[in-house]
Amino acid sequence: MEDAPKSLTLFQPPSPAEAKRIAKQHAAFGPLGSKQHLYSSRFEGTDFPEPVEDEPPYYYLITTYISYLILIIFGHVRDFFGKRFRQDHYRHLQEQDGYAPLNNDFDNFYIRRLQLRINDCFRRPVTGVPGRFITLLDRTSDDFNLSFKMTGTTTETLNMSSYNYLGFAQADGECADAAEQSIKKYGISFCSPRADAGNSELHVEVERLVAEFVGKEAATIHSMGFVTNAAVFPALVGKGCLLISDQLNHSSIRFGARLSGAVIDMFKHNDMVDLERLLRERISQGQPRTHRPWRKILVAVEGLYSMEGTMCNLPGLVALKKRYKFALYVDEAHSIGACGPRGRGVCDYFGIDPNEIDILMGTFTKSFGANGGYICGSKAMVDKIRVTNAGTIFGESPTPAVLTQIATSLRIIAGEIAPGQGEERLQRLAFNSRYLRLGLKRLGFIVYGHDDSPIIPLLLYHPAKIPAFSHEMLKRKIAVVVVGYPATPLISSRARLCVSAAHTKDDLDRLLAACDQAGDVLQLKFSSGIAGGQEPMHDGLVNEDQEEIRSCLEMGGKPAVKAPRWRLHEILKRGVQDVKKPLY
Amino acid sequence: MTSTTTPFANTELPTTFLALLDTAITSFHRIPGSAIVTRYIRSSYQNDPIRSLVELFLVIFAVRYLLAPTYSTKKVKNVPLTEDEIDELVEDWTPEPLASEETEWERLENEKRPVLVGGPVGARVKLAGSGRMVVNLASYNHYNFASNPDLTQKAITTVKTYGVGPCSPPGFYGTQDVHMKSEADIAAHLGVAACIIYAQSFSTISSLIPAFSKRGDIIVADKAVNFPIRKGLQISRSTVRWYEHNDMEDLERVLLRVVKEGQGKPLTRRFIVTEGLFEMTGEMTDLVRLVELKQKYKFRMILDETWSYGVLGRTGRGLTEHQNVDPTQVDMIVGGLAGALAAGGGFCAGTHEIVEHQRLSAAAFTFSAALPALLATTASETVSLLQTQPSLIQTLRENIRAMRAQLDPRSEWVRCTSSPENPVMILVLKDQHVTDRNLSRQEQEAVMQDCVDEALAQGVLVTRLKSMPAALGVNARDAQKEWQPRPGLKVCVTTGLSKREVEAAGRVVRHAITNVMKGKKWQVQRGQ
Repeated sequence: MEDAPKSLTLFQPPSPAEAKRIAKQHAAFGPLGSKQHLYSSRFEGTDFPEPVEDEPPYYYLITTYISYLILIIFGHVRDFFGKRFRQDHYRHLQEQDGYAPLNNDFDNFYIRRLQLRINDCFRRPVTGVPGRFITLLDRTSDDFNLSFKMTGTTTETLNMSSYNYLGFAQADGECADAAEQSIKKYGISFCSPRADAGNSELHVEVERLVAEFVGKEAATIHSMGFVTNAAVFPALVGKGCLLISDQLNHSSIRFGARLSGAVIDMFKHNDMVDLERLLRERISQGQPRTHRPWRKILVAVEGLYSMEGTMCNLPGLVALKKRYKFALYVDEAHSIGACGPRGRGVCDYFGIDPNEIDILMGTFTKSFGANGGYICGSKAMVDKIRVTNAGTIFGESPTPAVLTQIATSLRIIAGEIAPGQGEERLQRLAFNSRYLRLGLKRLGFIVYGHDDSPIIPLLLYHPAKIPAFSHEMLKRKIAVVVVGYPATPLISSRARLCVSAAHTKDDLDRLLAACDQAGDVLQLKFSSGIAGGQEPMHDGLVNEDQEEIRSCLEMGGKPAVKAPRWRLHEILKRGVQDVKKPLY
Repeated sequence: MTSTTTPFANTELPTTFLALLDTAITSFHRIPGSAIVTRYIRSSYQNDPIRSLVELFLVIFAVRYLLAPTYSTKKVKNVPLTEDEIDELVEDWTPEPLASEETEWERLENEKRPVLVGGPVGARVKLAGSGRMVVNLASYNHYNFASNPDLTQKAITTVKTYGVGPCSPPGFYGTQDVHMKSEADIAAHLGVAACIIYAQSFSTISSLIPAFSKRGDIIVADKAVNFPIRKGLQISRSTVRWYEHNDMEDLERVLLRVVKEGQGKPLTRRFIVTEGLFEMTGEMTDLVRLVELKQKYKFRMILDETWSYGVLGRTGRGLTEHQNVDPTQVDMIVGGLAGALAAGGGFCAGTHEIVEHQRLSAAAFTFSAALPALLATTASETVSLLQTQPSLIQTLRENIRAMRAQLDPRSEWVRCTSSPENPVMILVLKDQHVTDRNLSRQEQEAVMQDCVDEALAQGVLVTRLKSMPAALGVNARDAQKEWQPRPGLKVCVTTGLSKREVEAAGRVVRHAITNVMKGKKWQVQRGQ
């Protein structure tokens, strides 16, 4: 090497192999552009305000209803003629040969006539790492989305869809290396439920790490997040118990609740007043018919709601818990890792001692890039759950690679491995979440949720805009999740943007530019300004306008605000500074 | 018009109201076709405003009536209480602790749960605590795939390409090409049109059943079906009819009754749910007869092959291959990939219609993250290994025979309820000993736990068949009505051991049982 002619420049281009490796690495996790793009967010204060929900002008609401009406009328007309002239297409909805149809004609109507039209926006097949970018396998349909053909080509898109909050979905780096070693040492699977022989030192270690991370005495883990919820409720509550669940809780909580046999009640999403009313009524009336006192009351909420982007009002819940003595269950599926200055979930974000909450449940699928779920609680409770919940007794045990991924990512966040990296991931996520949300608000979009939430639902309203927005984004090589009825209320169809620590500011700028253009084409900029997007206040000042608007809204009035319609270059220029001020 | 405005003459309202009315009228006139509407109303009501008003009122009433719920949703009659009384009641109420205290039995269970250390699950494992290597007859690692070097290498390659988790549910960018490939591989292996992969085997059937069977539908199920099936039946809210375990004549009786009862009523969906190899008894279903019955009475069939897929048949296709039944005659075949196949997740195979329906309506599929890519690729690999190397299954069968010979006919104390092809042998105490010694369920469980401990002390790891957890708050009488498996030992055979080693291990288990049964602890019962 000594003899090689000295290069004339200081710059040494990386070898092609090296360049490829770096490109692959950056496709999963983007490099940090500037130290400016970091932020740490936590809630300070006592009253956690609900986010102001903006509404579009009536014109949009009415046309949305009309759109559905047209779709439904068209669907019925097509059914009417179809059932007469193309009978073989409807055979599966009719009784044949003495068998009742598997699909109910009425239940199937929505899927057949509404969802099928936009089926190409869902279940898009992908390959590779779901990191900063995600590679879609291109497909086409010749029969109006009934079936798809792979074209054999792929598209690399900016990934705004995966729950990869901390960017641990990586095929190289500490986690993947550790997973590799783990497979070498422990094999692929334990081939047994944990109660039999599927219990290893890895499980014990992960449980210890999780409990320590969450701040509880003990933890128990499962190989699937859904089952964690589905199996734990029957182990906690049963006959004679009351389970009060937030209206928007995840399907797995409902599944578990129904299995438990407890009486189930719902309160309005995040509405502490409604919850208190319900508690007073239920406690004072006792069990139905017998009026015996309830054996237990369990209130189940989620830390961060995946369709709304709202966080639970933990200070409010803890205050109510003190008074009404119920047990509190917080499902931190989305919030663990994604909320709080140290990534410890909603308790960390609100500065509340985790011991105030009876059970903290969470999943490893999202922030930790693995699979499975955990239950954290006091040691006595966790020990009891271990032997009484079916998931541990009959469900398969988590596999070595998954466990190692969890352990390594937890250690990175806690700073035990690669010091500084975990902190950077947390701060990048906090910055990115606020930056994108502020940008969208300033562009004039209606977005839901709290300012520090990494889930940003962007409201579309019209059913036709669901596929249109998805296509506009795909054209610009951005993968977004779009959802409509029945996952959301009929009229508030939305696109859900999931921010990740793997995104760079440039990625978000690219997204903002794409949204700016799509918003103009699709007429999506209809915010009135009550939910924010205005000029920021000076440092340290609480935004008084916001208070005014809030009180005005509570009185039922119309606050005088200017609808925000910022120009893109203004947003990009000011975003980095403004995002660190109290948002409004 | 003037008469209506006079009461408000002194207020500001008239001006705003009139202005509003004005704009309303003008904007109404601007709507194309408004003139026709006005003309129509005028002519049909002969310019009679009172009549129009009455009709308008009727229309409003009709709309209100239609929008109102048909029945009161609040049926519960609450005792009227004052705020102070409520406060007092709230003050008085003391809830039970969320989790009751562990029983002694539960504490021991937690304490005795084996912890594997130092390496993969294999024919021999090292246990924490004693640090001893013991022979492992407790894992479903029947082919010793879990640490197969080729498979681990492929799993590592997958991790290095896909990362570990897919970070998304299948509907939202979580469907990876490897999942699609595994689905196609399994469907091809079974010989059916399509297949869908769930992220966990345990949750597959609990979600699958309610996806198809709703309130009002009828499910006929075997009395001994496993826990997840029971939970699926519970969630579905369908009408469930039970038939005696593996009794085809009783099944026919039940089917006939269901058909008779259904006569004259609208046709509802009807299903038969059973297992290929029963998780709780190890027995095999007579699929030939079952298919005959199902076709005769026009039921659909959900067959849980979690314990038979990869184990039965010449190439591991399960019960259909073993009994030479056309797999397309079984409507839904549910299987697990987490046991013998050493991967993870479960699947349901059937027609395209059946599979596609689940992608939207099976809760554990739709609302859960997809299976990690490395487990999907492992499943593809192991399925292909079973197809290309039928000798694997042959070796397993030989080991099963060798193990069985050590246990079933030779042991004085236990009998094996599993079918002869089942690598999971379930050993229960012979009836005679149970009655002789007057052993209750709980005591039998304790006997079995002692056998497990004794075998472990002799260097063989086996487990106890776990009973199904009872629902909380259910009184003892109702709980007793629930079917429970007989307390038993579970001995899992693996190809990781040679025939000799299998025989030696079998001997240890047999002697352990004998030692426990002859030991002092359980002798005392005899006199009572």
